[in-house]
Amino acid sequence: MAGRALGALAAAALVAAPPLLPKYSLEILISILFFAYLGLAWNILGGYAGQFSFGHAAFFGIGAYTSTLLLLRAGVSPWLGMLAGGALAAAFGLFEGYLSFRYGLRGPYFSLVTLAFAEMLRVVSVNAKAVGASLGLVVPTGTPAPLLFVFGGKLPYYYVILAMTGLALLITGAVARGRLGYALIAVRENEDAAEAAGVNALGSKLAAMALSSFLTALGGTFYAQYFAYIDPTITFGPAISIQGLLPAIVGGAGTVLGPLLGSFVLTPISELTRAMLRGRAGADIMLYGLILVLVISFLPQGLMGWRRAVRRSAR
Amino acid sequence: MSGLLLQAVVSGLLLGGVYGLVASGLTLIFGVLRIINFAHGAVMMLGMYASYWLWVWLGVDPYLSVLLTAPAFFVLGMGIQRLVIEPNRQAAEHNQLLLTLGLALFLENLALVLWQGDFRTLRVPYANASFVIGDALVEVSRLVAAGGAVLIALALFVFLRRTDVGKAIRALAEEREGAMLVGIDVARIRSVAFGIGSACVAVAGALITPFFYIAPDVGESFNLMAFVVVVLGGMGNFIGALLGGLIVGLAESLGAALLPGSLKQLVVFVIFVLVLLFRPEGLFGGARGR
Repeated sequence: MAGRALGALAAAALVAAPPLLPKYSLEILISILFFAYLGLAWNILGGYAGQFSFGHAAFFGIGAYTSTLLLLRAGVSPWLGMLAGGALAAAFGLFEGYLSFRYGLRGPYFSLVTLAFAEMLRVVSVNAKAVGASLGLVVPTGTPAPLLFVFGGKLPYYYVILAMTGLALLITGAVARGRLGYALIAVRENEDAAEAAGVNALGSKLAAMALSSFLTALGGTFYAQYFAYIDPTITFGPAISIQGLLPAIVGGAGTVLGPLLGSFVLTPISELTRAMLRGRAGADIMLYGLILVLVISFLPQGLMGWRRAVRRSAR
Repeated sequence: MSGLLLQAVVSGLLLGGVYGLVASGLTLIFGVLRIINFAHGAVMMLGMYASYWLWVWLGVDPYLSVLLTAPAFFVLGMGIQRLVIEPNRQAAEHNQLLLTLGLALFLENLALVLWQGDFRTLRVPYANASFVIGDALVEVSRLVAAGGAVLIALALFVFLRRTDVGKAIRALAEEREGAMLVGIDVARIRSVAFGIGSACVAVAGALITPFFYIAPDVGESFNLMAFVVVVLGGMGNFIGALLGGLIVGLAESLGAALLPGSLKQLVVFVIFVLVLLFRPEGLFGGARGR
C-alpha cells in the first residue's frame, strides 16, 4: 500500500515538477526517461522471455530511419512515421526471432545473432547513399510544428517521453500479470517443461519479440526528433543496444519497475561523470563497464532483487 | 581482374592467419570456461598498446616485444579470471556474458581515457618491405604476422596434446566432473586457460602493429571476427579456429575486392548468421560446442 502511494507521488512529481526545473535538469530527466523507456522495451524480451538481445539497435535504427525518411522524402508526419517504423521493426523482429527460435538458438547464440543482424543493418546503411550513408540524416526542426513532432523548447519533448515511458510501464504491467507474462516466465525458466505443460514457447517468444522491437522503434523516432540528427553508428551501432539493456540489468531484468529504477540510478551517474570529466571522452562508458561488472558480481538480480532480499531478511 | 583476385586471395589468407590466432585464444577460453569472452578484443587492443609503448619509449621492436607482452598478458589474463570471472562461475549464462561485456567496455574506455581516441601507427623501418609473387604484392610484415600467428597457434595445439597442463586443459574442456575426480585443480586450470588465451591475443595484436592502426576500439572488429571464426570452426575446436580464420579472412578480402564500399563486412556477418542457424556445431563437425 505504501509502495502504491509512493508510486503515485513520484508520478505526480514527474508530471508537475518539470516546468519549474532549469534547462539542464530537464535535459537530464529526458535522458533518464529515454533510457528507462529503451530498458522497458528491451525488458519484455530480455527480462521476461529471458532472450538476451545484444542487437536492439536494429529496431531502434529502423524506427529512427523509417520516420525520418518518410518525413524527408514524402512529407509524412513523424507521428505516423513512428507507427510505420514500429510496424517495420516488429516485422524485422519477427523475422529475426522466427529464424533464431525455429533453429533452436538459445542463450549466448541468440545474443550473437541479434548483434550480427544489427551490425548488418549498420553496414548496409553506411553504404546506402539513399539513406544518407555515413553522413546520416538531418531532421528539419526549424519552426515548431507539433503536428510534425517539432516543438519549441525541451518541455514538450519531456512530456512525450514521459507519456511513452508511462505507456511502456502499463504494457509491461499488463504483460507481467497476463497470460503472456506467465508463459514467458515459464519458457525462460525451463522451455521444455513449459512446452510439456502446453505453453506455446515459439508463439510467446515471438510475441515478446514483436512487442519489444515495436516499442524500441518508437524510441528511435523520439531520438531522431529530439536530437534532429541520426547516422548509422548512432542508431544501429552496438552502443545503443548496450545502453538500452543496462538500465534493465541494473534495475532488475524481468521486473516491471526495474528498468525505470535502473535508469534513475545509471543515467545521472553517467551525466555527472561526463560533466565532471569534460574532455576525457570515454570516462562515462568506462564507469558503465565497471558498474555492469559490479552489479553482476554483487547484485545479480539488479536493484529490485536486492530490495526483495533486504525485505526478506528484515522479516 | 585475375590479378586483383589473386591479390585478394593473398591478403585474405595473410589476415586470416591472424584471425586464426585471435580465435584460437577465444576458442580455448570457451572450451574450458564455457563463456563467450566479449573482452577478448579489448585484451588484444591492450596488447597492441603495450607493444606500441614499448616501441615509443624503449625502442623495442614489436616482434621482440612479444617476449615481454606474452608473459605479462598471461598473468593479466589469469588475474582477470581469478578476480572477475571465477567468483561468478555459478552465475546465469547470460550474466556471465554481460560480465565480459562490462569488462570490455571498461578496458576499451580506460584506453580511451588514458590515450585518447586518435589512431596511432607504429612506424618500423621495414614497414614497406614487400615482394611480388605472380601478380600479387606480398608485404613482408603481413607475411610475418600470418606466419607467426599460425606457428604460435600450432605450438599451442602441440602444447595441449603433449604437456600435462595441456592435457589437464583438454580434460577440463571435455568433462569437468571427470577432471575434478582425477585430481585436476580445475580452478587453476581455468585461470591458466584464460591466461593462455589472453597471451595469444596479445601476441596477435603485437604481430599486426607494423601494419595496422592502434586505437581504443581496434579490438571490436577483431572480437566480432573471432566470434565468427570460432562459430565457423566449431566452439572449442582448434584446427577449426585456424581453418575458420583463413576462410573468414578470404571471404572478407574477396568481399572487399568484389563489393563496393565497406559492404565486405556484410559477407562475414551473413556467413556468421548462416552458420549459427544451420551448422551451429561448426563447419567441421564433431566439435564439443553445445
